[in-house]
Amino acid sequence: MLVVEGLFKRFGGFTAVNNVSFKVEKGEILGLIGPNGSGKSTIFNMLSGTFPPSAGSIRFEGGELAGLPPHKIINRGIGRTFQIPRPFRRLSIFENVALAGYYGQGGGSGSHSRGKADESAERALAAVGLPADRKASVDGLGAAGLKKLELAKALATEPKLLLADESLGGLDEHEMDQAADMLRRIRDDLGITIIWVEHIMGVLMRVVDRVMVLDHGEKISEGLPSQVSSDPRVIEVYLGTDAQDTQAAAAEARR
Amino acid sequence: MADIFDVYLAEAIISGILLGGVLALLALGLNLIFGVIDVTWICYAELIMLGMYALYYFYSVYGLPMWVAAPACILVVAVLGLLLHYIVIAPLLDAPPINQLLATGGVLFFLQSFATVAFGIDFRNLGIRLPVLALGEMHFSYARLLAFGAALAGMVVVYLFMTRTYIGTAIRAISQDRQIMALMGVDTRRLYLVTSAIGGALAGLAACLLVLQYDVHPFVGLSFGPITFLICVLGGLGNFIGGFVAAFLFAQIISLGGLYSDLEWGYVLAFAFFIVMMFIRPAGLLARRS
Repeated sequence: MLVVEGLFKRFGGFTAVNNVSFKVEKGEILGLIGPNGSGKSTIFNMLSGTFPPSAGSIRFEGGELAGLPPHKIINRGIGRTFQIPRPFRRLSIFENVALAGYYGQGGGSGSHSRGKADESAERALAAVGLPADRKASVDGLGAAGLKKLELAKALATEPKLLLADESLGGLDEHEMDQAADMLRRIRDDLGITIIWVEHIMGVLMRVVDRVMVLDHGEKISEGLPSQVSSDPRVIEVYLGTDAQDTQAAAAEARR
Repeated sequence: MADIFDVYLAEAIISGILLGGVLALLALGLNLIFGVIDVTWICYAELIMLGMYALYYFYSVYGLPMWVAAPACILVVAVLGLLLHYIVIAPLLDAPPINQLLATGGVLFFLQSFATVAFGIDFRNLGIRLPVLALGEMHFSYARLLAFGAALAGMVVVYLFMTRTYIGTAIRAISQDRQIMALMGVDTRRLYLVTSAIGGALAGLAACLLVLQYDVHPFVGLSFGPITFLICVLGGLGNFIGGFVAAFLFAQIISLGGLYSDLEWGYVLAFAFFIVMMFIRPAGLLARRS
């Protein structure tokens, strides 16, 4: 579905992403992990068109995405959520989601329909468990609610591939589990392929099919969660505060 | 004596309301452009001046009926708005605000000079004299009543567009977060073009209404451009409701000030009020305290 080859991103003399290649198969959940500054978000920004890659190709369903503006990429069927939720506070929850649906859909045709956008918004809000009340204000939402809103906005664009950016930052353990299950349900019920970027390994390992680990802009490991979490290079990167987490995640993945 | 005075007072207040409607329409166009694109069309009143000429030529020179001439005038100015954005603003979107200001300021002088060369400096009017409505002792010209009604109708249409369509919803929201709007699938360049066309169309509507009351000449923009700008600043640039309130406030000061003294003193009072308000509420009447 998605084939990334030889991806580079340089900011001045700094190489944020260094020759990264990977594939995503239709219907899978790929976890993308790595410490802060390892290049995860930079890859996401290139996939979603925030900025173009310095070199390399991003092919989605056979078409090249590298260098396309964000709205064209969304119209091809790639939705994304943001690490820090960025709703329009002057609009209602429903308006936020429906607006994303109105402009994000199109499947290349670019034809906008109000009725279709409203339907998608209702489906997306139901999928994440937010009220479909058209007047409900964004201000009433807490951290978990805002994350759900982000997800609903991405879903309303009816994506084939969902880029979920650090979906669980700022949530407590119970909310994290719920959110992880929600991502899995989105894949199972709606058939949406997902790339999930996350710091937190534990919950991610339970849900994803495959994991790719980045460090300093390079891919250092890729494979099944159980393989990756016992990879010495990964343990080395996550050594220290996260080492125990990694081993716990490995244990959980083996179960 | 007291009765007569009250009649004058009532007439002045109603005149103020009528003037307020037109000023609110002027302010809405400028506010829309500022709120969405984050640039100030200093040359906004000059677009209106060209619109007034357009209606003059369509109606008086080419003899088109008013129901064809007025929509054509609105269309012409809407296209001018598009061109202004496409040629002048779009290349400067990422430039510092002062450059954008200077560029639209340059367009102001360009359009004034262009109009002088193309149309001459003669004062022209449509040659329509609408009757005057007499309400007891009070007198209002139909031109002003019509202008008020049409301005209000234009604003209602824009309001419905902004609240009932998703293009309008995007226009309302974009100033809050331009980057995320693009990442939600919105082609912001297209949104800016639509907004510029609407801003131009509002200027065209204003032109149709103003040319019913005033003569057109190349420098006519100076008589309402600055006041439009002050109203927008007083209401808080980009704040539609603030601009609406400020327009009626300004119009009332001008009208009542003109009642107690000469009309010019009304303007002096209005500008003095503006200066005082800028000290008290520099971010605009309805600015949220943060």
